[in-house]
Amino acid sequence: MEDAFVFTVLTANATVRVATPLILCAMAGLFSERAGIIDIGLEGKMLGAAFISASVAAVTGSVWLALGAGIALAICLALLHGFACITHNGNHVVSGVAINIMVSGLTVVLGIAWFQRGGQTPSVGPDARFMPITLPFADVLRDVPLLGTLYSGFLSGHNLLVYIAFSAVFATWWVVYRTRFGLRLRAVGENPQAVDTAGISVAWLRYRAVLIGGLLTGIAGTYLAIAQNAGFVQNMSAGQGYIALAAMIFGKWRPVPALGACLMFGLLDAVAIRLQGVVVPGIGEIPVQLIQALPYILTVVLLAGFIGKAVAPKAIGVPYVKEA
Amino acid sequence: MTTDADSATKKRAAGQSAPPPAIEFHGISKSFGPVRANHDVSMTIAAGCIHGIVGENGAGKSTLMSILYGFYEADRGEIKVAGQAVNITSPDRAIAAGIGMVHQHFMLVDTFTVLENIILGAERGLLLADSIAAAGEELKRLEAEYDLYVDPEAVIQDLPVGALQRVEILKALYRGAKILILDEPTGVLTPQETDQLFRILQALKAQGGTVILITHKLREIMAITDTVSVMRHGRVVADKITAETSEAELAELMVGRKIRSGLKRTDVAVGKVALRVRHLTVRDAYRVPRVDDVSFEIRTHEIVGIAGVSGNGQSELLEVLAGILPVAGGGFEIAGRRIMPDDPCDPAQLRTLGLAHVPEDRQRLGMVAEFSAKESAILGYQNEPLYQDGIMFNQAAIAEKCAALMARFDVRPPLPAVLSANFSGGNQQKLILARELDRAPDVLLVGQPTRGVDIGAVEFIHRQLIDMRDQGCAILLVSVELEEIMALSDRILVMFEGRIVAELPAVDADERTLGLMMANAAAATA
Repeated sequence: MEDAFVFTVLTANATVRVATPLILCAMAGLFSERAGIIDIGLEGKMLGAAFISASVAAVTGSVWLALGAGIALAICLALLHGFACITHNGNHVVSGVAINIMVSGLTVVLGIAWFQRGGQTPSVGPDARFMPITLPFADVLRDVPLLGTLYSGFLSGHNLLVYIAFSAVFATWWVVYRTRFGLRLRAVGENPQAVDTAGISVAWLRYRAVLIGGLLTGIAGTYLAIAQNAGFVQNMSAGQGYIALAAMIFGKWRPVPALGACLMFGLLDAVAIRLQGVVVPGIGEIPVQLIQALPYILTVVLLAGFIGKAVAPKAIGVPYVKEA
Repeated sequence: MTTDADSATKKRAAGQSAPPPAIEFHGISKSFGPVRANHDVSMTIAAGCIHGIVGENGAGKSTLMSILYGFYEADRGEIKVAGQAVNITSPDRAIAAGIGMVHQHFMLVDTFTVLENIILGAERGLLLADSIAAAGEELKRLEAEYDLYVDPEAVIQDLPVGALQRVEILKALYRGAKILILDEPTGVLTPQETDQLFRILQALKAQGGTVILITHKLREIMAITDTVSVMRHGRVVADKITAETSEAELAELMVGRKIRSGLKRTDVAVGKVALRVRHLTVRDAYRVPRVDDVSFEIRTHEIVGIAGVSGNGQSELLEVLAGILPVAGGGFEIAGRRIMPDDPCDPAQLRTLGLAHVPEDRQRLGMVAEFSAKESAILGYQNEPLYQDGIMFNQAAIAEKCAALMARFDVRPPLPAVLSANFSGGNQQKLILARELDRAPDVLLVGQPTRGVDIGAVEFIHRQLIDMRDQGCAILLVSVELEEIMALSDRILVMFEGRIVAELPAVDADERTLGLMMANAAAATA
């Protein structure tokens, strides 16, 4: 009984660790897509931010400079996407994929040029990483059955960026549904002409949306590089940007369901790690490859079959060109 | 209402004592590429009156209003609001100047509630809760003042068109509009909804507001406006006081008179029925009937012309007969095949039944601008064995065919490899006609055969149509050019709001009577 409980807490912690970048990226994509801009470039922005923050952390040893650099780069990439899609009415998917490819190449090239470690950045010590935070009284309450374990073992002990990610979900919900900006954001993704005739700038609204996306993917990238890991490795985002986009669509462009989807993908990943080497009665040992592929297989199955009719914002991917 | 018009007139005559006009346009010009949408437009709209602007589609009414609302910037000219020169560069400037606009296509977010749509862009603060509370109060006041009720919690996509229009009006009033522009507001309304709209507009006027009503429906102009301006080809051709004009005069001004060209034609006895249309109905996306219970037939050796102010269902009639739009009710019969709602027929099948179609919008439906002339010359017939060479096209045969068509219809330059887009409008049209007439169809649908075509080619195209008729083809002709309808047709049908409201032999038709019928004035006075 006690073992099962500990196992659950451990799995929950692993889920949260894996889900954090997904959640940040899903919220980034939500802002962007609610404004009508397809954001397939989440992956590239996150990877770019991971590389820059790892580099800055390695050189300066400051987590805050690293976080700032990661956010700044992701915002630059977001602005590039905005410039192509909003100012020049470019194709959103082409622009996003171009950013992904560019970043995946550039991070390796620059990494080799700067650090001569085959594309990796030097590992950084605890001072240059976001380390787990112990919440108040966590040590004292540790021995209280269930609730204490829950508080000390699960709620406490994550790094700052994890708490930021979860707060971001509720902040996103509040902004999108409870503020003037959110109302306009939702409107511009559905019917930009209505927004334009109401005397609001369509372009400025959409730029703000992609900027918020840049901010959030910057945090996600920094998390990958110097919170979850201790440095940058080639293509370390490994498709998580796409998974986050899938989770956001799975959540039907709504913050809380998108959080649910991210946690589900995180759980699958965590379970997959724990299932390695486990012998299932009647089947035998499950091949590691199959387990590792499980989240992706489930993504395809869920998106193909169980998502139901996801109604995207009506004007998504359509450049806004004035006409009478 | 007549007294209202009189008092407005007197106020204007009084001069000094009158308030400054609500809107003055001075020499407004606007071009889109080579198209002059507005040319030196000057117009004065008195405060506190309902002013109508009439004109056919493309006359420049909507462009002028889009300039006033800041959607476009004029190339030249000046706008004054209440006597003050203003520079309206965007809709928010227009809103600040007290101008509100109800667009022809509603500017509403379908997934939002009525209240959310109304506050969008006019929120009271950063948080929605404050705006929503304030807007709720304000809506109750407007509702009482103008008799404008819409459920504020209803979601837009669940509401009927008439309610959507009330939401648009509420949007403008919520922003404090003193001048309300309505662009073709009654196009999608039922007669009852139209009456309700007019009551709202009268209430606005009674409160001192100014209303600009853009329409091509003359009956509405006569019913509700105090003053009216007529636009044609981007210019204002007349300013009238409604009480001093008539539908007939406005219709004449709108359509414009032209010299009839002499076109020789022989009398040929008509033959058997080639196309029979019975109770045909077509509905648009809003489920509004665009073609409404239309019945007629066309015989061989006969050209039937459809006259009507554009937008009264002629385009939809052509497209349904060509198999492009679905039949919503009734049906039609060609070569023994009946096409009905539960037994549809696609354009390719119709072609095999002996039907050919020269569409109104040749750039969109007649050809592919990015194709070479020879490719455009076989569109729709590309599966004929003549053009095949195994799984490939027989390019030589296609080029040869295109060259032959070009020679017969005098298409210049006669080069099959040239891009379709690089031919002039007249030559594009001749190529499409050549393609469609080449199979000697039994029934030919022609829309705007000479729109944007130079004068030399007009004569040629008319001659070809007459020749086809002499050879036994049954032709349905839709054109906005009354002169063309009268010159070519044996029989003329007049369409109004999707219905055929009159039928007369071409020999009995003149522009004046046709103009009246097109505005359905005869029915109004009857």
